[in-house]
Amino acid sequence: MKDTDIKRLFYAHLFCVFSIILTTFTPSLFLEDFSVLETHLTWMCICSVCVTIVNVVLYLLIKPNPSSKRSSISHKISRLLKSCVYFFISCLLYHAIIVLYGAPLIELMLETFLFAVLLSTFTTLPCLCLLGPNIKAWLRVFTKNGATSIWDNSLQITTLSSVVGAWLGAFPIPLDWERPWQVWPISCTLGATFGYVAGLLISPVWIYRNRKQLTYKSR
Amino acid sequence: MLKALVLFFLAWVCFLFYAGIALFTSGFLLTRLELTNHSSCQELPGKGPLVGGGRGEPGACWTAPRFSRAVIVLIDALRFDFVQPWPGGLPAQYPYLGKLGSIQHLLETKPQHARLYRFLADPPTTTMQRLKALTTGSLPTFIDAGSNFASYAIQEDNLIAQLNNTGKRVVFMGDDTWKGLFPEAFSQAFFFPSFNVKDLHTVDSGILEHLYPTNHCGHKHGPHHPEMAKKLNQMDQVLQTLVERLENDTLLVVAGDHGMTETGDHGGDSKPEVMAALFLYSSLPLFPRAPPEDPEVVPQVNLVPTLALLLGLPIPFGNIGEVIVDLFSGEVDTQPLATALAQASAYHLNAQQVSRFLHAYSLAAQDLPPEELQRLQDLFSSASSEYKRLLDQLKTEEVREADVQALISQLRLFLQGARTACTETWARFRPARMIGGTVLLAFTCLLCLVTSGLTSSPDFPFLGLLLKSVAWGLVGAALLAGGLIVGRTGLDPALLCSGGAATSLVAFLWALKWRGKPPMAIFLPGPLPILVLLFLRFAALFSDSFVLAEARAAPFLLCSLSLFVVAQLHWEGRLLVGGPTASCLSSPTASVARREGPRALGLLVGLLLCVRLSSLFHRCPEETPVCQSSPWLAPLSSVGGGQAKNLWYGACLGALGVLVLSVRFWLRRCGNLNSSAPSILFVRWGLPLMALGTAAHWALASGSDEAPPRLQALVSGAVIGLPRVVLGLAAIGLGLLLWQPVTVLVKTGASSPNPIVVPFVGPPASQADLNYVVPQIYRRMQEALRGKLAGGGGQTPLALAAYGLGSVYSAAVVTTLALLVFPLLLLHTERIILAFLILFLQSFLLLQLLAAAVGTPAGSPGPFSVPWLAISAWALTATQTFYSTGHQPVFPAIHWNAAFVGFPEGHDSSPVLPALLVGANTFASHLLFSVGCPLLLLWPFVCEGHSSTKKKKSLTSGTEEEGEKEEPLMEMRLRDAPHHFNAALLQLGLKYLFILGVQVLACVLAASILRRHLMVWKVFAPKFIFEAVGFVVSSVALLLGVALVMWVDRAVGSWFKQLILSQER
Repeated sequence: MKDTDIKRLFYAHLFCVFSIILTTFTPSLFLEDFSVLETHLTWMCICSVCVTIVNVVLYLLIKPNPSSKRSSISHKISRLLKSCVYFFISCLLYHAIIVLYGAPLIELMLETFLFAVLLSTFTTLPCLCLLGPNIKAWLRVFTKNGATSIWDNSLQITTLSSVVGAWLGAFPIPLDWERPWQVWPISCTLGATFGYVAGLLISPVWIYRNRKQLTYKSR
Repeated sequence: MLKALVLFFLAWVCFLFYAGIALFTSGFLLTRLELTNHSSCQELPGKGPLVGGGRGEPGACWTAPRFSRAVIVLIDALRFDFVQPWPGGLPAQYPYLGKLGSIQHLLETKPQHARLYRFLADPPTTTMQRLKALTTGSLPTFIDAGSNFASYAIQEDNLIAQLNNTGKRVVFMGDDTWKGLFPEAFSQAFFFPSFNVKDLHTVDSGILEHLYPTNHCGHKHGPHHPEMAKKLNQMDQVLQTLVERLENDTLLVVAGDHGMTETGDHGGDSKPEVMAALFLYSSLPLFPRAPPEDPEVVPQVNLVPTLALLLGLPIPFGNIGEVIVDLFSGEVDTQPLATALAQASAYHLNAQQVSRFLHAYSLAAQDLPPEELQRLQDLFSSASSEYKRLLDQLKTEEVREADVQALISQLRLFLQGARTACTETWARFRPARMIGGTVLLAFTCLLCLVTSGLTSSPDFPFLGLLLKSVAWGLVGAALLAGGLIVGRTGLDPALLCSGGAATSLVAFLWALKWRGKPPMAIFLPGPLPILVLLFLRFAALFSDSFVLAEARAAPFLLCSLSLFVVAQLHWEGRLLVGGPTASCLSSPTASVARREGPRALGLLVGLLLCVRLSSLFHRCPEETPVCQSSPWLAPLSSVGGGQAKNLWYGACLGALGVLVLSVRFWLRRCGNLNSSAPSILFVRWGLPLMALGTAAHWALASGSDEAPPRLQALVSGAVIGLPRVVLGLAAIGLGLLLWQPVTVLVKTGASSPNPIVVPFVGPPASQADLNYVVPQIYRRMQEALRGKLAGGGGQTPLALAAYGLGSVYSAAVVTTLALLVFPLLLLHTERIILAFLILFLQSFLLLQLLAAAVGTPAGSPGPFSVPWLAISAWALTATQTFYSTGHQPVFPAIHWNAAFVGFPEGHDSSPVLPALLVGANTFASHLLFSVGCPLLLLWPFVCEGHSSTKKKKSLTSGTEEEGEKEEPLMEMRLRDAPHHFNAALLQLGLKYLFILGVQVLACVLAASILRRHLMVWKVFAPKFIFEAVGFVVSSVALLLGVALVMWVDRAVGSWFKQLILSQER
């Protein structure tokens, strides 16, 4: 049971990684002058939309958590609406934190906000998919003994690695290499993306290697 | 552990650091004294007759001018091989070879008119230093100790000044570095890269052109790029046009100020960097002899005396170059003897000038070796008398040419010897000292690290080890002094100190080694994230971009650190707002956690906001279009518009009021404000008075021009007096604080009607005050009294309430900080008060957050310790505050105006007072944060009191026993375990010194490893100086802060004794 779960996790993550790789190459077939660095905003939009779709589709296909007892249409719609609101709030929160970290407040507002959207896509969206719009569950997952399934563990790892990737992405900005990717927020979005991809790849491996130690309490 | 021992140990560690810094500095920072003497036309450099010209002739000074005009084209980074002709075809297809065709054409067709030299630049090959050398003829070092640090303007005697003095016009085109070096020296100046040469014939005397394209191109692409060839071709066309328009009385000089490496950088002393090109051309034939096969090497400073004498100017006073002899051969077809005599005359003038300079310099500074000076002096006097003899002989009989040649070679020997002596002293690093200083610093850091881990072990013999190593250090220093005296080299204090320091350090480490191997954990400062943070801080100092960006990097790291603290709290389940796991935890902690959660988040948000807001006061290291300094750093008097000025003034006043009120509020909350100690009275009345004085001074300083004339005298008197009054008040306050540091209000239970006092509730008389006062009862005190009284004979137990006893240490520290901040505020511009307010708020929030992260130390009787996390965050905040109060670690960014606060008329000759004022302004943040460093240890105890009072209030009822159990002892816990208290203070000091020391070490390593780097004199060396001085200020302030806490502790001890005595009576 557990091994099959890990396998499912691994394939789901591979699919995610594949979709991200696709977003860097396929748009140039349809759009003229597309490149990740020069038309960065477009890429960010495409990437976050794509990751969103893949996550939702995967969630609907795999259904990692047994669905809740109530499954009326109105309940589902309210959950969906709540999720959208949560996602938007998380974008705003990320935007605020990024600005507090030193991003320009007024200039490049669109870039900063899209970066916040991308980060939300990498971190909040999987939470929404897996845990639903349930802040308490989120807070529980991100504590030391809070993970109750391998999905929770993978959530921890991907979220952490995306945020750390974005954080590391800020480091090359002051250097005087004058490369096009040093411009705000390109290095940070690239860092977040690489971090997310790394997290996706690492988490199945890490869970597989630590499968003996991971014992989950029932909720 | 004794208190004195802690201070002594910290002082010893500081001394080790100072010795390391001093040793490194003496090897790295070459200094030279700038003399302000000027040569003048009327005054010859020495006695002696003149040959072939001189005074009396119109337009001539020491010699008759050979040319009346000169066009000097200075091409930045013109390496020798850019110009070198290749008669046998180009050796390889490099884009930069053979592109200056006009020069090669002239060299081939007019060998008597044109000559090419290898132009040897002295390191450091940075543009600024080279320009100085090319005009003064001297060897500029990084620190030319002159009268004026604030601007780059050249104070020494130089060619441009001489041209101006003799009434010639100087026209300049090109880069505006020259504007900074020679303000208002040019009669016409075009500060842009200009290729327009049509105006040349209207110029009387000198034209300077400074062309940059090769340098920019080199920095960007390196010399191998095809772009380089394009630029050189462009340059060639400019030169061609110039040569065509040149008139007969004009000398053309084309020179490179330095070369460049294969990657296009410069600044160091590698061969391609120092080998520039020099090309001389005149329409008249200049050179009697054919050029040598291989172009001669000419040191860069030699151009200065040559040009001066050719143009009939006095040689600049500080010149140490020698004339280029080929140019002084007279007319082409003169006799060899006449040529030799003319050359000897030029050499003699040159030698006289150099000798005069050496004499003047050795009177002013002692850094040139006296033996060498003596030797040179002897050489010069013998050559001089020989010259006189030859001239006398010439009047009566023939002189042999060989004699003249011998004299010339003697004079050359003197000039070269003088230059070598100066180069040895001014332009060479001393690698042995640099390495020694670095090693000493590194091992002292190691010592801090290891001993800070050992302080908590009770049986560690600090005293014995310390005494032993100090004794060893003295012995080492004495031996070294003896060796130096025997070796007849001068006693260098830096060398002596570091010798002593090294011996004592080795003795200590050796003894430590013999005590057995300490556990590995001691060598790691803190958990992994702190290691990462320290590593990042360490590594960032090796990159010039990161040093420049530190103003943004420090807040970034601080934000990351505080976010990490909160995230870790959450990860460990201590931040939960509620939820399934929280209920699983034991109930009391969960209830605490439930309340702590939002509080910690609030603290975090506040902290992040403060950090972000403080960056509004950012100042740029250099004003560029990309980076604009905050307009709020300007003084209020420069704000245009009355309305805006009034608004700003109001905001500043508000901030001032908030600062005073918040200090009062905090003291009141802790209960210390009710004390009748004189220092508290001072806080009540003196602080507002100081604020008033500050506000009045701001008002007068910002609007002093608008005062009506009859009040002018009053205003100017107040501008002088007010800052002094504020400083005096601060001094009085500190004095009062030191006199009676115990700020505790005692209410004895004896006077109260009910003898059994419930702990925590004051006597009924003060019930009304209870809303404001947090009464603290010192249980131990009670017990002691009870025991004594019980022994005395069965009376009713007495109780006694001591308000503010739990925060008596931190109250003293906070009061000190509040007293210190006002004089520092006056030294800054008005609006920095907002930054200071943010600083206070931010450090308060940080302390609260750290205390929440550390957790309340309830119940633990010691050992106490401050985690690395807290100390790194504190040091980081200090760095951030340095930048957010409008400072930058570069010399032009220092706030020189601070020297005139309270002294608007300037100072007398003594530089100590202005240096102190400017230093206090620059290192204000280092000072405040180091004095406040003990708060890191004290704050968790203070917070304990606050959280438990809240708990107390929330409890509706409780039995007395429970009340007793939860009763907070706060800082009295520290007093309960004096040994652990002292050990914790020592550990705190050592950890803080370690973090600061590691930064200095990184700067030292960066400066020595990257001493060939392009940016070493612009970025790394100033950063090192600021970091080193900041370290000295911080360490002294840290010692004072620790001493203050100990002083309070002593006073509290004697206060207890008195209390017991009075109760017994």
